[in-house]
Amino acid sequence: MKPKLVCIGNGMAGIRTLEELLKIAPEKYDITVFGSEPYGNYNRILLSPVLAGEKTIQDIMLNDDDWYAEHNIALFKGHTVVSVNRKARQIFSAEGAVVSYDRLLIATGSSPFILPVNGSNLSGVISFRDIKDVHTMLSTAHAGKKHAVVIGGGLLGLEAANGLLKQGMEVTVVHLMDILMDRQLDFVAAKLLQASLEQRGLKFLLKAQTQEILGTTKVTGVRFKDGLEIPADLVVMAVGIRPNYTLAQQAGLHCERGIVVNDTMQTYDPRVYAVGECVQHRKQTYGLVAPLFEQAKVCANHLAELGYSRYQGSVVSTKLKVTGIDVFSAGDFNGTDKTEEIIFQDPSQGIYKKLVLEENRIKGAILYGDTMDSSWYFQLMRDETDVTAMREKILFGQAHNLGDAGHGSENRVASMSDDAEVCGCNGVCKGTVVKAIVEKKLFTIEEVRAHTKASSSCGSCTALVEQILVATLGNDYSQTPKTKPLCGCTHHTHDEIIDAIKRHHLISAKAVREFLEWKTPDGCPSCRPAINYYLIANHPAEVVDDYQSRFINERVHANIQKDGTYSVVPRIWGGVTTPDELRAIANVADKYQIPTVKITGGQRIDLLGVKKQDLPAVWGELNQAGLISGHAYAKGLRTVKTCVGSEWCRFGTQDSTGMGIKLEKMTWGSWTPHKFKMAVSGCPRNCAEASIKDFGVVAVDSGWELHVGGNGGIKVRVTDILCKVETEAEVLEYAAAFMQVYREEAHYLERTAHWIERVGLPHVKKRILDDVAGRKAAYARFLESQKYAQIDPWAERASQGVAAHEFNVLKNIPVKVESLPSATVQEVA
Amino acid sequence: MNWLEVGNLQDIPQMGSRLVETPQGNIALFRTSDDQVFAIADRCPHKGGPLSQGIVHGHVVTCPLHSWKIDLSSGEAVAPDVGCVNRYAIRQGEGGKLELGLAE
Repeated sequence: MKPKLVCIGNGMAGIRTLEELLKIAPEKYDITVFGSEPYGNYNRILLSPVLAGEKTIQDIMLNDDDWYAEHNIALFKGHTVVSVNRKARQIFSAEGAVVSYDRLLIATGSSPFILPVNGSNLSGVISFRDIKDVHTMLSTAHAGKKHAVVIGGGLLGLEAANGLLKQGMEVTVVHLMDILMDRQLDFVAAKLLQASLEQRGLKFLLKAQTQEILGTTKVTGVRFKDGLEIPADLVVMAVGIRPNYTLAQQAGLHCERGIVVNDTMQTYDPRVYAVGECVQHRKQTYGLVAPLFEQAKVCANHLAELGYSRYQGSVVSTKLKVTGIDVFSAGDFNGTDKTEEIIFQDPSQGIYKKLVLEENRIKGAILYGDTMDSSWYFQLMRDETDVTAMREKILFGQAHNLGDAGHGSENRVASMSDDAEVCGCNGVCKGTVVKAIVEKKLFTIEEVRAHTKASSSCGSCTALVEQILVATLGNDYSQTPKTKPLCGCTHHTHDEIIDAIKRHHLISAKAVREFLEWKTPDGCPSCRPAINYYLIANHPAEVVDDYQSRFINERVHANIQKDGTYSVVPRIWGGVTTPDELRAIANVADKYQIPTVKITGGQRIDLLGVKKQDLPAVWGELNQAGLISGHAYAKGLRTVKTCVGSEWCRFGTQDSTGMGIKLEKMTWGSWTPHKFKMAVSGCPRNCAEASIKDFGVVAVDSGWELHVGGNGGIKVRVTDILCKVETEAEVLEYAAAFMQVYREEAHYLERTAHWIERVGLPHVKKRILDDVAGRKAAYARFLESQKYAQIDPWAERASQGVAAHEFNVLKNIPVKVESLPSATVQEVA
Repeated sequence: MNWLEVGNLQDIPQMGSRLVETPQGNIALFRTSDDQVFAIADRCPHKGGPLSQGIVHGHVVTCPLHSWKIDLSSGEAVAPDVGCVNRYAIRQGEGGKLELGLAE
């Protein structure tokens, strides 16, 4: 007999928890669900678009009856649970059902607060909470009734008012405060919003206190404290919500403003869990969907008895779901005496942006009219990134700070046509993304990625896909939790894993997985290469490189091409070659019939189309001419690009070529979190394009300027200036120290540009410039680890027989082999 | 069914792969971390990538070209991707001897 799980509440939080549970432990429980509404599970947040006529009820159903049947869930629709007997472990519904439980999940949500004034019980006085309310509003509007009064100028009230206006009613919004959405907006933004809504035809009564609702059986009007009376055929109360905890309280569970739960979503009774709007966690209650989903995930983890997930509270943001009006608000947007504000205001365009900073970290934000960058600011806020270096341009958005290759102008996803291409890598257009979100009920960017492939390659369209997700779902679902696990095999973050490897001196991937209680026996293609890298970066002398955990290019020291052949790029120090080297390359290309010989962007020569089994021989011949691996395949030092500098150039101020060669001799063979490119230019004309490299050096008459964090790829990012130094020795020391700090601190697959964006330039300057002893120590650690890294992998494989199995087929057999049926093939046949 | 010896378990690294060339194209033999061996066509159903070059994890290989995941035991792509690849009969004999089943 399976244990019984009963869920009280058929809303978003409860059912989301069950969905998460079914994903990780589908057979664990016999599940019963009680819901007081006569429907399946629907997306309550989308009631606003239903009211506005933009969606139908059918559009917002999340789980229909079939879903419950498919998962053997007993659903009691239209049943209100009236009591819980915790001793007997039974629950009772008003409709007479009695069900016993082993585990109980309470997800009773919240109820709208009804003002305690005379007439609040009249017919035609409703709240805005469920499908029934929406039906009442729609039928009132369609019956030709004219006057609607919405009490409450917050998020919900305005959405209700907008919907009723669209249904043809004359709507007056009544609000106690002097500005709308006073919990989310400041005076300026609220007035912009009010003006824009007035333009659409809404009327406002601010600082208005409702005294009485008029009428005998049906509502006829509203009277205010100052004596003013206005007519009303419909009154919608949207003055706030109250967590529904009466049931839990009567059952003797500890409640304050909600049902009190711990970080595992457990109540004071270990058999009883609670999620959603009805709970109080660390003194907070939540009324937005993103925190509920985070809670659902944690709760499911504990119901499945996995026992490792923790809910630590949420940082929330809000968006108004009124089509054509973009409002975003997060954090402490009013500020304190310790904060300062950066403001951008363009009244004629209807744009207002405000960031509240404390010690150069974003504490709060309000965006009105242009919310394209909301997720970026929110991310910076949650990561507590030091934005000192971005202050001048931060309000112009991510595109102006990080650069952008073509997506920056798409700041109105709603106006994009369905056939507009969103993801250039995988050819995914907006219509496909929207269709997948709706049909497959996707809620997160990860889900959209898995189903559509949009933003799954280079990632430059991630912000755009997020915007589409938000526009389609109507709210910011895709909250990236602040502590994002490395991959699905673990709940630990990159930083926690790095820390464990350092602190507990873990020197094998197996030890890491065991120590950190991995969920899969041998990891996945995301965590395996990452862990292998972290091990090598932290314990270079002790760790044995695990080649089976490396991506093919690093495993066979060549770049795989679309047809399964490989490309070979010999190292050409600083881009300076000789006739002998060129002859050797030409001879190899002839002898092995290499179809394409190409000059790369990093001043090297690429031999494309080499058969895998020819690789060791090709390398062997190149080795004989003194050429070694160019590591063009590596998450490591790639190339040092140079200009000719003072040796030949009439403008050159220093020997940039010589400097580049010295840098390359020092750094070749090193493994880094992602590829690492350098360049040295001989004068500020910068012919070597040092300003878009991970580490760029520009010679000036008095020395060398050092630049860091540039990127010429997906998103062009110009380097930040680190400092100026005088000697070549200093260039080497600073370069090595920068590289070492990067490789020790950055997450695997994080380029220097993204790392600097995350930790802030001031942090990097502190480590490299202010902390002299630290810089010298990092320099020493870099040189030490190079002792183990500077071994030509080509020579090992060409002449020492390393990894021979990679390059030889196991057997060639001239007969046919028996194929077995595959399930899909059978179906097709 | 007739069986043909093609090599030994020890010839394939754990979580690795080796190729057998045949008239019907390359067959990739995979050895998983629990020392099971699977034989499937070395051609990803997506864009023909050489699956033998992918990372092996559990009983799944991830294609090196575009990261499709193929279940080694069924030959099918892991959802939400859809597609499948031919499987071939293989067995392990004494001393880790690997044998492919020959077509009639």
